[in-house]
Amino acid sequence: MAVLECMQLTKRYGNITALDHINLSLEPGRIVGLVGPNGSGKTTLIKLAQHLLTPTEGHILIGGMEPGARTKGFVSYLPDRDFLPAWMNVESMLDFYEDFYRDFDAGRALQMLQALDIDPRMAFKKLSKGNREKVQLIMTMSRNAGIYLLDEPIAGVDPAARDFILRTIISNYSENALVLISTHLIADVEPVLDEVVFLKQGHIELHENVDALRGRTGMSVDGYFREVYRC
Amino acid sequence: MKWTFENGIPIYLQILGRLRTEIASGAYPPGAKLPPVRELALEAGVNPNTMQRAFSELERDGLVYTQRTSGRFVTEDAEVLKELRKNLSKDVIEEMCTRLMRLGLSREEIRDAVEAWAERMESRKE
Repeated sequence: MAVLECMQLTKRYGNITALDHINLSLEPGRIVGLVGPNGSGKTTLIKLAQHLLTPTEGHILIGGMEPGARTKGFVSYLPDRDFLPAWMNVESMLDFYEDFYRDFDAGRALQMLQALDIDPRMAFKKLSKGNREKVQLIMTMSRNAGIYLLDEPIAGVDPAARDFILRTIISNYSENALVLISTHLIADVEPVLDEVVFLKQGHIELHENVDALRGRTGMSVDGYFREVYRC
Repeated sequence: MKWTFENGIPIYLQILGRLRTEIASGAYPPGAKLPPVRELALEAGVNPNTMQRAFSELERDGLVYTQRTSGRFVTEDAEVLKELRKNLSKDVIEEMCTRLMRLGLSREEIRDAVEAWAERMESRKE
């Protein structure tokens, strides 16, 4: 059964149409890449799923419900910018998350943080960009959520941080959860994906299994993407 | 170390090829236990569903079998392993001969060259 469903979902900002009557159905147990050039509607779709925006027309259903306070209880969202309070240290963040989310597994977070050698008493703002990204991903992936929405989780980090992030996503895989990753760095995430959704100017150009696409086109998803978008 | 994959070929097929070779070469000997799907997926840097798909194919071919509680094991059936080596070597020979023919060698010349190679190896042993 679909855990994220869009029906004729449309979002307009003034006279700019960010998403134009899209239909999409995503199931648990899959890691799905949401790809497309800048301005194609990736972040808009994720923000609609997380009730940070409301549809102009159509519907989006999360676990069969309209997005809201109840869906946030089982959706774990990683925004595309720093979102944790900068003055907090990692230790107090763990407490904060534990108070906030019933599905947060502090033990799992601590285990992953220890592997990183980050001093838990250090303020978040004093961490390097790579470490901030890693800590935010760890907090996001340490919830036992039904849906993970990761908006550009690997943008602007070095290759080692990128590997850590991708490994964290793989090792937290659950057959009961959907992971939706928006990115323009397709080559890096390609081996991690089950399916890919191509967005272009607010439309879904393609929604296909990654291995099926590679077999059908004789190209990598990244290569195919470059050809389709000429970018 | 992360595994590397070629463009344009389904990833599960490339994993399958690699695991077949490892079984044929004895890197995973007959009766050996294979690592769990999750563990190998993490090592390869791929989606666990993709790894699972490769494992399912190995099982369908009779190269590995599952024991409900204890995991997956390489077959001990010598016939199946012999057949696997024969099939894998077909591809290698096909590729080698195609390249040699592109260099302009005839079939006889290839056969002679392979025989000469085998003789050289023999004499080196002695």
